[in-house]
Amino acid sequence: MFSYCLRRTLAAVPVMVVVALFVFLLLRLSPGDPAAIIAGDMATPEQLDRIRETLGLNQPLYIQFFNWAGELLRGDFGTSLMSNLPVTQLMAQRLEPTISLALLSIALSVVVAVPMGVIAAWKHGSLIDNAVMSLSVLGFSVPVFVTGYILIKIFSIDLGWLPVQGFRRVSQEGFGPFIQHAILPALMLSTIYIALIARMTRASMLDVLGEDFIRTAHAKGASEKRVLFKHALRNAGVPILEVIGTGFALMITGVVVTESVFNIPGLGRLTVDAILSRDYPVIQGLILVTSGVYVMINLAIDLSYALLDPRIRYQ
Amino acid sequence: MSLSSPHASPDVSAAIPPRRRLRLWPRQRPGWAVIVAAICLALIVIIAILAPWLAPHDPLGMSPADRLKPPSDTYWLGSDAYGRDLLSRVLYGARVSLIVGLGSALISVVVGLPLGILAGFFRSLDAVIMRVMDGLMAIPSVLLAIAIVSLISANLWTVMAAITIPEIPRIVRLVRSVVLSAREEPYVEAAVSLGSSLPTVMWRHLMPNTLAPLIVMSTYICASAILTEAILSFLGAGLGTETPTWGNIMAEGRTYFLIKPSLIFWPGIALSVCILSINLLGDAARDRLDPRLQKRGGAQ
Amino acid sequence: MTDNLRPESPAEWVLKIEGLEVATRGAAAKPILKGVDFSIAPGETLCLVGESGSGKSVTSLAVMGLLPKGSLKATGGRIELEVDSLLEVSPTRLRDLRASRMAMIFQEPMTALNPLMRVGEQIEEVLIMHQKSLSSTQRRERVLEMLDQVQLPDIERVFDSWPHQLSGGQRQRIMIAMALILEPKLLIADEPTTALDVTTQKQILKLIKALQERHGTSVLFITHDMGVVADIADRVCVMRHGEVVETQPIEELLRRPGTEYTRQLLTAVPSLRPRAARAVTDREIVLEAIELEKRYGERSAWARWTGKAASQTLAASNINFALTRGRTLGIVGESGSGKSTVARCVMRMIEPTGGGVRVMGKDIASLGRAALKPHRKRIQMIFQDPFRSLNPRLTIATSLVEGPINYGTPREEAMEKSAELLALVGLPKDALDRYPHQFSGGQRQRIAIARALAMEPDVLVADEAVSALDVSVQAQVLELLDDLQRRLGIAVLFITHDLRVAAQICDEVMVMQKGAVVEYGPAERVLGAPEHPYTRSLMLAAPGRHWDFSGFRPLDHVFEETPASTSTAPV
Repeated sequence: MFSYCLRRTLAAVPVMVVVALFVFLLLRLSPGDPAAIIAGDMATPEQLDRIRETLGLNQPLYIQFFNWAGELLRGDFGTSLMSNLPVTQLMAQRLEPTISLALLSIALSVVVAVPMGVIAAWKHGSLIDNAVMSLSVLGFSVPVFVTGYILIKIFSIDLGWLPVQGFRRVSQEGFGPFIQHAILPALMLSTIYIALIARMTRASMLDVLGEDFIRTAHAKGASEKRVLFKHALRNAGVPILEVIGTGFALMITGVVVTESVFNIPGLGRLTVDAILSRDYPVIQGLILVTSGVYVMINLAIDLSYALLDPRIRYQ
Repeated sequence: MSLSSPHASPDVSAAIPPRRRLRLWPRQRPGWAVIVAAICLALIVIIAILAPWLAPHDPLGMSPADRLKPPSDTYWLGSDAYGRDLLSRVLYGARVSLIVGLGSALISVVVGLPLGILAGFFRSLDAVIMRVMDGLMAIPSVLLAIAIVSLISANLWTVMAAITIPEIPRIVRLVRSVVLSAREEPYVEAAVSLGSSLPTVMWRHLMPNTLAPLIVMSTYICASAILTEAILSFLGAGLGTETPTWGNIMAEGRTYFLIKPSLIFWPGIALSVCILSINLLGDAARDRLDPRLQKRGGAQ
Repeated sequence: MTDNLRPESPAEWVLKIEGLEVATRGAAAKPILKGVDFSIAPGETLCLVGESGSGKSVTSLAVMGLLPKGSLKATGGRIELEVDSLLEVSPTRLRDLRASRMAMIFQEPMTALNPLMRVGEQIEEVLIMHQKSLSSTQRRERVLEMLDQVQLPDIERVFDSWPHQLSGGQRQRIMIAMALILEPKLLIADEPTTALDVTTQKQILKLIKALQERHGTSVLFITHDMGVVADIADRVCVMRHGEVVETQPIEELLRRPGTEYTRQLLTAVPSLRPRAARAVTDREIVLEAIELEKRYGERSAWARWTGKAASQTLAASNINFALTRGRTLGIVGESGSGKSTVARCVMRMIEPTGGGVRVMGKDIASLGRAALKPHRKRIQMIFQDPFRSLNPRLTIATSLVEGPINYGTPREEAMEKSAELLALVGLPKDALDRYPHQFSGGQRQRIAIARALAMEPDVLVADEAVSALDVSVQAQVLELLDDLQRRLGIAVLFITHDLRVAAQICDEVMVMQKGAVVEYGPAERVLGAPEHPYTRSLMLAAPGRHWDFSGFRPLDHVFEETPASTSTAPV
């Protein structure tokens, strides 16, 4: 088990190196002057020279990379062109809304999607199954912002139950105002995730329900409920966890769009601001951080397989 | 240990069933949802091709006097904040979406298929290729696209490239896994012992296995590319704002959402119907060609 | 409940099936069982025999109410288990009856247990569901007692084991413990030993018998293996195409089969008594292995770094044999003996890690890809699974000409030749432009043989080439191989786990165990009077070894257990 965990953890390192290398090369190899891209359109020649100096653009590529990577490892992600603040500081300010929103959405998705998938697989081919499958195709076909605006139109404008935009931090104003402002964005963010998880749960459950040991359980006289939840669901768990992990990339996309639609001051909003002002250091920092989080989440999920599956534990 | 078929009668030569072609497409009627999806997609394709003749107005023609008009005989769906005809812009929007969708699907297959086959066949290349793909997978596709577009000025090609690059790992991983399992098949080993060269083994015995899953996966990639393009436009990181894309129309419509929600809903409906149709067709293809793919499925 | 109004079950039977019909669901319902009748007396063992597609497994699933819901459905007849009519009782009642009155064990012990639950808990679950009054300590005691009854060692440890930590035989014991813990009246065993090695099979059969006697259980035993039938059955019910062909007491059936079909089935069973080696006509050695060795798990960088001892396994070591033209050498052994490894090394499908392989005198063990090519055609292989050994997307003709074209034969010539080859293996010419899925398993195996012969090889390597086939088809394919060998003078390296098959076709036999050769010599001696204790234990474990099936009588001269060979290894 220890060796499994160690191997998994070490395997995450090259992935992060590839990500860093990719982000690094993206700027250096793109047509045009990296200094001009970093400085923005309004830069004077002196400013450009200064940027070349600080970025070491005159040095060989590999030295540039090691310097740059060294700064990253020390936690220095560069400085925003717009605000002149360190990128890390900008991101730290925006962290809470995004994390609270993401956690709420993931919880909501899992609670809704897993039972949906289980029931669909159990009643395979029935009306319920068809309904779940149709909803799930709809879920990841309708773009997030379209869902978002439909939700706003119904719940905020027509019914007037919820605020149209804005955000309240749970740390500052408590849970009530937070949930009131966060429920629509979370719903919007969850649709695609629910669709994905429900689909995977169903497929994985169908696979498992065809296994021999399910027949054994029936032969023992186990009830449907027992077969579904005690025997099948746990065995279907690995692919479900896996899709929750890889689906996190979708979540990030969703966050960017959702925060933009609902005007939430999180990382997603920071991304949109950075695009509009071509603030490359910020975009670069966001990519590195989200990729890092993605790798960490997937690592955590890999490690959790060991808890789930004795075959991995005793490897 | 009972693998042989029921008609293994003692007289071997008598038991051959009548001549029949290998059937990839079972003779089973598709569901109504699939038929509707096919019709919708066909309509969208026709609209994209015939947009110049179908559109009642120039999608770029501004008339400041007609800002935000409600639907009328002149502007069937009303006009936008610059007085452009909404219907014409939505019709033209189909063009960009379809080009980006098909282009991405095609390019990702062209690039991903050889990489996947190499990774599946040569262990030395496998480690390198798959580490790079893992790295690419770890970068959220929209952020990667945003970064690319923010470095290089946005045009159709850069947008398409920015959308396609994050999709390539999906093809590579798919092809690799198919090749890895296919190369264990006895008939592949038999081909090797029959003295077939490596390219022959790959081309004749391994490649065909990837075809069905590739068709299915590329429909999903097509849908997902259309979605990403719309998101990029919506966020202001796509093609220039004057270009009639569904994402751009919605991005502009955001400011006026409270007074004129149709600026968001019409392109939104067009976009949703388009992606939904492609996904439904992809699902139908998957169910028929490759039921095993069910687990890898899904747009994005 | 209405059941209570019916009289107590008559003592003559525990299970009675009358006119049972099962059909596929859907618009074009196809009958699978067409009126099956039989009954089982208390304490009796009834064997249900038949080839694939006979409906024997469907019958057993119908009794348990476990027919796959989406595809099969009982459409008529009655199944009575004591007082309950199983096709009519409520689902709740049926669930109560399972495990408590009727239980089932399955073919694949490797997949029949839930991989994420400790095996003790899986047995305990039966008690949790059916005997709610027991406390958890009582339950544990019951389970441990049952583990002891199925003769598992170290029961406390086994209780807390995960399925993947146990061997196939041990898992099947767990399944038996689970099935019998509530002392059901009826045990259904669906090919419970087919996936196991012969020595394990023997122990499991003995265990079932012992427990059956102890608890007075009736057993419905489904199998395709006449040897097993001869060893365990009280009565036999032969099925074919969803119908009962005949039901007879075992002696009666083996001595005087009542129908032509049963007679055919029995005749097709190869004799365990080795045939005499053919006269040596040619002394040329076509294939030779010299101190061949295959080691898996080379010391990896990871293992070096952690300083762990290298986890190497010797899949085969110090293998020496010589095969002369026109003869058949059998490599016999249980799973994990390394017999397939040897075949694959000889074919150069895997790289041997030591020693030499000489084909027609030339060592090919270390040749590169290009240098190997001219020698590849000398030696060809036939695989076990007929359904995977032909490319499903290519016509038979394309598959047959691929090899010759690779070696420069013009296409037309290769096509003509493939038509001849098909005739040679007994298939009509119009099979050429069909696809593999249009053929049965036996036919495909013939095609695979034709494909190998197209290369005009000197050696044919057959890796379990008839193991997946029904016994009648198996007999035909073996006959074909023998015929070809006589006509073409080809040498055959025949890998099999089946001693009967080996006895029937081999001139020489090499017995392998754990990667090493334990006995090698003429088949007549190795299988007729084995010297090595392992070979002896294999022969003793061969099911039905007291019967001469094709002669319809017991064998008068049977190799018997001697005091020295009684110690068979535990599972």
